[in-house]
Amino acid sequence: MSAVAAQEVSDLVLHLADNALILAQRNAEWCGHGPILEEDLALANNALDLMGQARLLYQHVAALRQDGSDEDRLAYFRDAHEFKNHTLLELPHSTALAPTASGDRDYAVTIVRNFLYSIFMVLVWDALQHATDAQLAAIASKSRKEALYHVQHAQDWLIRFGDGTAESHHKAQAALNHLMPYTQAFWLLGEAEAAALQALGVAHFSSLQSAWQAQVASAVSEATLTLPADGGHVPQGHVGVHSEHLGFVLAEMQSLARAHPDGMW
Amino acid sequence: MSVLHAVNPLGPLGLPDADHPHHALWLLLEDVCDPEIPVVSLREMGVLRDIRESAQGLQVIITPTYSGCPAMTQMHDDVQTALAAAGVQAQVLTQLAPAWSSDWLTAEAREKLRRYGIAPPNGNASPTAEGAGMGGVVSNVVQFSRHAARPDEVACPQCQSMNTTEVSRFGSTACKAMYRCLDCMEPFDYFKPY
Repeated sequence: MSAVAAQEVSDLVLHLADNALILAQRNAEWCGHGPILEEDLALANNALDLMGQARLLYQHVAALRQDGSDEDRLAYFRDAHEFKNHTLLELPHSTALAPTASGDRDYAVTIVRNFLYSIFMVLVWDALQHATDAQLAAIASKSRKEALYHVQHAQDWLIRFGDGTAESHHKAQAALNHLMPYTQAFWLLGEAEAAALQALGVAHFSSLQSAWQAQVASAVSEATLTLPADGGHVPQGHVGVHSEHLGFVLAEMQSLARAHPDGMW
Repeated sequence: MSVLHAVNPLGPLGLPDADHPHHALWLLLEDVCDPEIPVVSLREMGVLRDIRESAQGLQVIITPTYSGCPAMTQMHDDVQTALAAAGVQAQVLTQLAPAWSSDWLTAEAREKLRRYGIAPPNGNASPTAEGAGMGGVVSNVVQFSRHAARPDEVACPQCQSMNTTEVSRFGSTACKAMYRCLDCMEPFDYFKPY
């Protein structure tokens, strides 16, 4: 692999790591606040899987770069513009018009986000388990199993909400309308990411779009919900241009590590 | 080099024969258990995968169950402590591939889990169905989710009744779901197929 391709591969792995970490942090916000005990456990488990994936991916970035960084440096000592996660994953658990993000957590938003993202990730991990980078392939084949459980959980609840009461249906539809535009970024990889995938011997993620759409449409239909029209704002989180929400996520997540650099317990 | 201990990289591992060069080490590590399930050894869990000589010396290979398993550090340290206590110089290495599967639990481990009150994973219920002959990724995912609509049929580890129900797909650790027996009314953990 050329030096340029190596840089691009490590950037792609960093993007995957940031995705996993930021959604882990968001889903962990339900710990102790879940709507029912079983869901509290479910989201804590989901966040733990994502956190485990993030750690493996950050460790791999550090190994690829050989620049003295490590998983903690990458997670706790970069600022918002250096994070390359999809904007979808940093949004609060509320629709756009909620008066306060923390006061109006809406479980339908949590479920719809996990649904849209975990189906995408099953497809991504499925492709990456054949990557020429053996460590990335190994991480992918573990993560794929976990993502399948995440799909199962989110999809069950999507169908229960959509095909449930008038209120749960309304909330699930509002969440779907709110979040769907953010998924456009899944298919908008830049030249660097495309070069990284080529170097890894993996097809461009845009080739996963029709499979993703088919799976999403099938579950949305079973949930008696309606897919919103295509279009809307195209987010740029994956290139470091984030919503106003990421800074707050990072502030909470990073403050302890920054207050006590290199602290151990 | 002759193969004395047939290591199956994709299945449960038995103890090597007594004439295996690392027989004593395998026996030594039989005392190291999963900290969350203290009746099952790391070998029986499928976490301890290999003990081998390398250019860098003796290496003990372990693999995580779930990516985020918080017990992994503990298992790593417990193996190191057991080796050090026996005066054995060895590196403990974590390896991700091939990915751990609950299919790697030995038959003894399944029986020990049951006696401990944890229903072992259904052998034929693997959720991943690794694509082979499944007709592509999407049908695989759809198939998985349809399968998911019906929780696994699990025997109660207390009274063996099949009249059980899934309470929650996620339980006290990443590898377990919560079930309840509708006959003896006892709740129990189910070790998820992975």
